[in-house]
Amino acid sequence: MKVFIVIPAYNEAGKIRRVLLKLKKNSYKNIIVVDDGSKDCTAKIAEESGAYVLKHVINRGQGAALKTGIDYALEKKADIIVTFDADDQFMVKEIKDIICPVAKGEVDIALGSRFLGKAVNIPFLKKMVLKLGIFVVFLLYGINITDSQGGFRAMSRKASQRINLTADRMEHAAEFFSEIMRNKLKYREVPITVRYDTYALKKGQNWSDSFGLGMKMLFNKYMR
Amino acid sequence: MITFMQLLALAFMSFVSSRAVLRAKDKKISIGELFFWLGVWSALIFVVFFPDFTTRMANLVGIGRGIDIIFYTSIAILFYMIFRLYVKLEDTERELTKVVRKLSMMTKKRK
Repeated sequence: MKVFIVIPAYNEAGKIRRVLLKLKKNSYKNIIVVDDGSKDCTAKIAEESGAYVLKHVINRGQGAALKTGIDYALEKKADIIVTFDADDQFMVKEIKDIICPVAKGEVDIALGSRFLGKAVNIPFLKKMVLKLGIFVVFLLYGINITDSQGGFRAMSRKASQRINLTADRMEHAAEFFSEIMRNKLKYREVPITVRYDTYALKKGQNWSDSFGLGMKMLFNKYMR
Repeated sequence: MITFMQLLALAFMSFVSSRAVLRAKDKKISIGELFFWLGVWSALIFVVFFPDFTTRMANLVGIGRGIDIIFYTSIAILFYMIFRLYVKLEDTERELTKVVRKLSMMTKKRK
């Protein structure tokens, strides 16, 4: 089975080498890094590490970068596509756990959940915002999940082809849920570990981002 | 009698109308849009010179003063236009993303 790891990256020069090295060490060879218009040498580092690197000439957001990576993986005849983060918050050794239910054909998409697993050093405010996100996703899409904003997922080829991401920025996470419902895909949550260090916290979203995200989700659901 | 404010309003509306005509000449806006804007500015000139008209309209719909009905309708129109603009902007952003994605794929393949 051809497994592709898709990593959207924006100004991740500080961490991406380590993430790619870990992936290589765990013998994941098919890695796609989508450099989303970084101002640092993210793309160069990724190329040196032997990943497939696609470059957005301007920053279009994580959702846009993910879709570019997924499209490319499909072109490369991927059977399973894993979405992963460039900031070293996820554990490479957990990739096999998230792939497992998809590879067995039990589900079309496996979603990583830090609240089923572990969220190491998660700040209180961040936790509250994420919990609120879970509630909003339930209200909007009727999906009862435990983590709404995780970037760690595994999808079958079929699911990747059906999930049509149109949201460019962070609201793509919610779009995954609406697409799961629309396409009646089978899904399961898998416990994962997410570590919060100063780097991840500095790069993470703040309150106003989350508010804007909520507004966009509402807009996309009811106005379009 | 024509007041100073009415003259000022007339000058301003003539200025923006001429802009609209020029834009249409340059084909920056369509004929439909030109008529829409000319309609808006003519309507405004009309109410500036015949303010009683707005009072009559206001009384018709149960609002006390003529100026109030203008405020209410302008706010409604402005909100609607902001909404339209937002939708348009979102669509443009999505189209832009498609172009950026295509470009990244094409560059990758050429290598």
